[in-house]
Formats: sequence, C-alpha cells, structure tokens
Amino acid sequence: MITSTPNTPVAALSAATLARFDREVAKYPADQKQSAVMACLAIVQHEFGHVSPESEAAVAQHLDMAPIAVHEVTTFYNMYNQQAMGKFKLNVCTNLPCQLRDGGKALAHLEHKLGVRMGETTADGLFTLQQSECLGACADSPVMLVNDRHMCSFMSNDKLDALIDGLKAAEGKA
Amino acid sequence: MSQANAVIERFVATGQESCFHDRHINPQIVAGLNGANWRLKDYEARGGYAALRKILGRDGSAPNAETGVAGMTQDEVIATVKESGLRGRGGAGFPTGLKWSFMPRQFPGQKYLVCNSDEGEPGTCKDRDILMYNPHVVIEGMAIAAYAMGISVAYNYIHGEIFSAYDRFEEALEEARAAGFLGKGIMGSGFNFELHAHHGFGAYICGEETALLESLEGKKGQPRFKPPFPASFGLYGKPTTINNTETFAAVPWIIRNGGQAYLECGKPNNGGTKIFSVSGDVERPGNYEVPMGTPFAKLLELAGGVRGGRQLKAVIPGGSSSPVIPADLMMKLTMDYDSIAKEGGSMLGSGAVIVMDETRCMVKSLKRLSYFYMHESCGQCTPCREGTGWLWRLVDRIERGEGKPSDMALLDNVAENIMGRTICALGDAAAMPVRAMVKHFRHEFEHCIEHKQCLVTSDV
Repeated sequence: MITSTPNTPVAALSAATLARFDREVAKYPADQKQSAVMACLAIVQHEFGHVSPESEAAVAQHLDMAPIAVHEVTTFYNMYNQQAMGKFKLNVCTNLPCQLRDGGKALAHLEHKLGVRMGETTADGLFTLQQSECLGACADSPVMLVNDRHMCSFMSNDKLDALIDGLKAAEGKA
Repeated sequence: MSQANAVIERFVATGQESCFHDRHINPQIVAGLNGANWRLKDYEARGGYAALRKILGRDGSAPNAETGVAGMTQDEVIATVKESGLRGRGGAGFPTGLKWSFMPRQFPGQKYLVCNSDEGEPGTCKDRDILMYNPHVVIEGMAIAAYAMGISVAYNYIHGEIFSAYDRFEEALEEARAAGFLGKGIMGSGFNFELHAHHGFGAYICGEETALLESLEGKKGQPRFKPPFPASFGLYGKPTTINNTETFAAVPWIIRNGGQAYLECGKPNNGGTKIFSVSGDVERPGNYEVPMGTPFAKLLELAGGVRGGRQLKAVIPGGSSSPVIPADLMMKLTMDYDSIAKEGGSMLGSGAVIVMDETRCMVKSLKRLSYFYMHESCGQCTPCREGTGWLWRLVDRIERGEGKPSDMALLDNVAENIMGRTICALGDAAAMPVRAMVKHFRHEFEHCIEHKQCLVTSDV
C-alpha cells in the first residue's frame, strides 16, 4: 500500500485547483476546513485521474490536516482511485436489483469486448473495468458510471458496444 | 465539451422512463415534471416557494387576529407536520414532526440541519430523480424545517455516485441565493438560512445518519454510538436534525395544503404519498409516486406487471435490507409502513421494491446481497466486520455445492449473533435478509446442499 510519509513530496497544485478547493472550504465553518477533504480529493482525482500520496500531502497542507487523516479518507471511500486508472473508468453495478436486469451480463460483455477481467486496465490504457456496488440508479439497469461523474443507463450490449467504439474513435484508437 | 464527453452524454438517463410517465397516482413531488422544468422560475410557476412565503408572512395574507403576527410560528409549523402523519422517507419511518420537536430550539449556539441524500440502499433511486428534476422542492422543504427549528445553516449530503445530481443541486442553490430564498433576512424577514451541498464518494454506510455526520466532518464514515443522539450532539458536536430528501420534499405541500389534507392522501398513521422505486422483474421499472396504502397489486400493475408474463416469486419491499416477502403474502399487502411491517413482517424502508419472478434463485440472490454487506461493513464492530464475511462465505459455499447440512443452522446462528450487537443498523441489515430468505425459501438452500447444485438454474 502506497502511503505518504513525512518525506513525501507535496504535489504542486495550480492556482485554479486551489481556487476549486477554496470554493469547497467556504461551505464550512472557518475552524472546520477538514469537512472539505472529500471534495478536495474528488477535485484532485478529476484533474489528475487518481489520488497520489503527493496529492494527499498537498490536500493535507491546504486543510491543515495530518496526511494520514487524508489517507484514511482516500482509502475508506470506494470511488477514490489510489492508482492510475485507464482514461475511462467503467464501473458496472452488479448489485441484486441490477443483476435481475442483466448487470452481471453487462460486466461479462465488457470483459469480453475489452479483453480484460474486472479490475484490470486495457493495454492501450484507455479503459479500466470495475464491478461496483449500488450506484443508486436501479430502475435504469444495466447502469454504468463512467469516470465517477457520468451515469450511463439502460446499457444493453449494443449500447455498450456503441459507447466503447465511440470512445475509442474519440481518442483516435478505433 | 470534449468529443469523448459528447459520446458519453448520449447514454445518460433522461428520466423519461423512470419519472416522467403518466403512471403516478395523485403525485405531489413529481407532478408536472418533464426534465426541463427544474429551474426556479418553473418551480415557482408550479406554486413553489409559496409555502416559505406563507410561514414567513410574505404571501399577502392577513396577520393573525389574536397575535397580530403574519405567517406561521415555529410551533404552528411543527404542529402542522405532526398532524400530516409524515414519516421519515429514508427508511426508518420515524414521525417527522416529532423528530423536529426534539430539537432544542433555544440552544445558545449553532445548530445544524442535514439532508440525507446518500441514497445507496440497493433498489432505491427516488432521491436522485427528486434532486435532478425538482431540486427546489428540497431547498424549500429544508428552509421550512430550518425555520421551524431555529436553524441557520444546513448541508445536503448527496450520494457520490450521482454526481450530476450534486452538480444540479449546486446550480439550484445558486438560483435560490440569487432570488433571496437563501441567505440573510429571507424575503425581508428576520430569518437567515444558508444551505450547502456536500458529496459522498462511495460508502453505503454514510447513509447511516451518524456515519454521514462523521463523513461531513471530513473523516471515515464510521457510525457513532447513540446516545447521544444527533439532536443533542450532531454535526461538529452541535444539535442537528437529519431528514431524508423525500421527507423534505413533502413539506412544502403540507404547509400549503395543511396537515389534515396530507394525512388524507394516505391512510391513518401513514400520511401522504410515497415514491416507490420499482426495480427487477417488471416490465417498466421506475419511480412511482402513489398514495400511502396503495395495494401492492396496483403498484405492480403500474409497473407493467411481472416481466414476460411470468409469475411473481417474491418481493423485497423496502430496499435490500428489508426481509423478503413471498408472492402470495405480498399480493395481499398495501404499500405503507404498517401493512408491510405488521402483516408482512418486513419493512417499508426506503420504498425500494425489488421484484423477483419465478425463475429466480434465492441462494444466488442472497449470495450477492451478502457480498454487498461484507463489502460495505465499515469494520468498526467485530460482529458485523467478521459476521458479514462469514455469512457471505457460508452462502457462497452453499451455492457452489460445497455446503454442509449443518450450514443451515450455522447461517441462522451467525445472523442472530450479529443482530443487535453492533453500533449501527448495518449489522441488522445484513442479517435480516439472510434470516428471511432462509425462513421463506429454506427448501432452495437445502436442495443446494443436498444435490450440490441450485434448484433454480438461472444466473440470479
């Protein structure tokens, strides 16, 4: 497990990133900056694709937190990426309501199409495929969350193919 | 927008199937929604913010003849909510007005109001649609609650997986601030109210209210021991009231139309309408807002009946944590707290109705649910941390044909020893589905143990 130590370099974050941090910090009482940690880590992930020990150290510094307290948050919540991911992280829900409507088949279809097992990243670095727990979109099953922020619904095999092929084309790897 | 994002956007849900259909019955929260009319001006055109105007005495009505004061007092608002019979829509069904009355209004310091939109109970997807398509009804409901309890600061904790709903809610907040429905001296009154959005990032446990508070404080979401309850020791150690999204969304209608009118929409002790998220083996999964007390058979009909004309096998009536109910019993029940609990032996929970047809294997279904609880146990209490894994391993080996006859008693024993022995309800939530599945579908588990394969050969 990678974690930060007192010697971990602190990531240099841009003024724009820090401005996004401060917009979150402003929501909470002045002595409760730590409340913004989840949002700051999500911003880091949005900008860099994952949360590195260096980023954790930068967030810790910005929020006056111990780096280990930030690391506890990164490791507790499922959606933080602790390693680099493919350009597109695909999270397919396979909880029971989705299983009843082909959530498991959607995951299997993607494994076949991408040539990877769940948890793995394609050799071209484009896709990381993961199983996920309830995404809160059960009526739209099969559902898949792309890069934490885009919930794709009713993902039949045809739609999954269209999405993957479309993304490959958009990245010039069709 | 990048080319890739444009590709992804083609697959994002529109709400057409789940929400904007004509199969609700007397809807209040989703009435008139079409996906495009979520903005403040649309909400006001539907009568939005009239309830906030009313309680603040800014609706042009005459002052009270006795007191000379316009609007409603805090006590009057709470009494109206009590009269309505509104009960918590997040799962516990606790009377909302009573909860509000627990708040120490005279506490000399900051108090907080929190909306629990960490909707992660498998089967539930109603708060998402409320936040996406009618966010202002939540803002107005929270403002009314804050007024009633003398609270000036609030947070809405939104499930991290529905990030677009978080973005949408932030946008709605900007509109409400610009229009003066949030901020200092709202509509020229002495009422100040600030509301902020906070997102989770993937932890089912944060739907538990004290785990949610820990998470809001920027920590791991591990539940707190109760007592003290949040009403005395909540966010940052201050008195805090937490309600579900749908609960707040019900409040403006109650204030506009009166508690009695709301109560009469449902049935005694189970006031109003409820949004049921129907998933699984139905023709038309989606959200259905119907009066409390609507027969399950009617709800099933609204959802198009069992998929493919098959027979109903069982229903998990209130999210994955609620005990499963066999078809014949379920068809006799009505959709309200009392019927599902007293006659069905289960819980209305969050109103997530998971429908299972005759082709389903209960062993495989339970295996998937048990995996979920193992995965989401926060690890704080030994009976839950160890017990959820033990339950999953037991069901897993039964399903793989490696179960022993003694495993049936062991399953029940492990479940029993988790229940009531943990800080929060996740332990119970993991154990209850096990006990109900084993009680109602024991023969499927026994068949699996005896014949080394499932009685039902479907994937789930």
